[in-house]
Amino acid sequence: MSDKKTKYQEVAYYPGCALEGGGHAYNRSTKALGKKLGLKLKEVENWNCCGAMEVKNIDPKIQTYLSSRVMSIAANKMGLDTVMAPCNGCYHNLKKAEYDIANDPDTVEVVERISKKSGHDTYQAGQVETIHALDWVKETIGEEGLKERVKNSLKDMKIANYYGCMYTRPRHIFPEKDQGPGSESTSKPHFMDDLLEAAGAENVEFPLKTACCGGAHTLSDSDTSTKLVLNILQAAEASGAEVIATECPTCHSGLEMHQIRAEATLGVKTNVKIIYFTQLLGMAMGLKPKEVGLHENVSDSFAFVKEKGLA
Amino acid sequence: MKTVAEIGQRLDVLASRAPDPNFAAEYLALGEQVLEHWVLARGMQPTRDEREGFRLLALHRQGADKLPSFNACRETCRELVYHYNLLTQQADHPEAGQRARMMGLVTNHLYFFVSGKMENEELGEFCCSSKALREKVDVERPTQ
Repeated sequence: MSDKKTKYQEVAYYPGCALEGGGHAYNRSTKALGKKLGLKLKEVENWNCCGAMEVKNIDPKIQTYLSSRVMSIAANKMGLDTVMAPCNGCYHNLKKAEYDIANDPDTVEVVERISKKSGHDTYQAGQVETIHALDWVKETIGEEGLKERVKNSLKDMKIANYYGCMYTRPRHIFPEKDQGPGSESTSKPHFMDDLLEAAGAENVEFPLKTACCGGAHTLSDSDTSTKLVLNILQAAEASGAEVIATECPTCHSGLEMHQIRAEATLGVKTNVKIIYFTQLLGMAMGLKPKEVGLHENVSDSFAFVKEKGLA
Repeated sequence: MKTVAEIGQRLDVLASRAPDPNFAAEYLALGEQVLEHWVLARGMQPTRDEREGFRLLALHRQGADKLPSFNACRETCRELVYHYNLLTQQADHPEAGQRARMMGLVTNHLYFFVSGKMENEELGEFCCSSKALREKVDVERPTQ
């Protein structure tokens, strides 16, 4: 077994705020998939917000502290060396905290001061590695493992894999990426493509897989977000996709909500389905649609998955 | 150079026509113009330099200077260049029409991203309809 295959069998699970709210289907499907694959998730005890965009916009070092607290609990209270964050925002922020604490003495000073004031152990550089849900499945089970476990193939399902802009950006906080064969690419990410293809899906050529969905401006400038999302939906359909597979709750919610809004405000209807990759893999592994929270998605894809033999 | 609104109108016109590999140069030029507007709005003179053989990539790099969030459209720019290469190097490819269509959608994305960002940043031609995301007030904070 490779180091990562062993190491990621049991990880600290950091769902983050979005997976307890609008992205609950992602939470449910991640847990269900992990259980089905025999992987252990131990939720970070008493976790807090990663600092997301709101805190980062006011003071990035406070955001780094908030992310460091999550990693400190995983390392110092739970004795785990890997945190798995399925949300792109959380994943990005924890990776940024890992990087800043290892490289910026001013950040270390702020993190030490607030951690002391808050009465918990200070996170030390290198105690924890943060990974995404894609890394987790890819490294532990991998394509071959998935192929062996497929109960309901995703065959005949054409998928556009949408990664969003936070999964790979900025490149310097992801030192494990762009390391040649087997590693993830920051310019053309492919882990989700690899996993879904192993489950039988047909991935389409999709040029907007890392394009901005307007997520950060969805409330302050909804019209731009709607145009960006509609363009992504139309590009997916033009690529021949029936489904957009997602791996970020913000992107996913944005695609779903603005798909409805585009029809209501611009009169443009798109039919492409929006489904989390964990839901697709879960159903391919034999889980029922409700077990992966398909009923919690805004867009209704029950008829579609039934037609594909997944329900 | 076209105004931002004219770029949007031109993209709509191209989208209404049958996809044509001959649109590649115009899509690339429209992408460059979008970025020129962004660079000008930030008070800089748009570069004439090229990176990896493309002015578009040099303009993107200039537009992202000291503004990492602008890199959210980095791969969109690179996709534009990729599709330009596909269409110009393989104009007779059976997928050329589809590729031209995709290049149009990629150019659209760059246009929506940059024009929306200009609106939010209170730059450019949208001042009458723009709103500040937050007040630009320096708050004195204690160090302890």
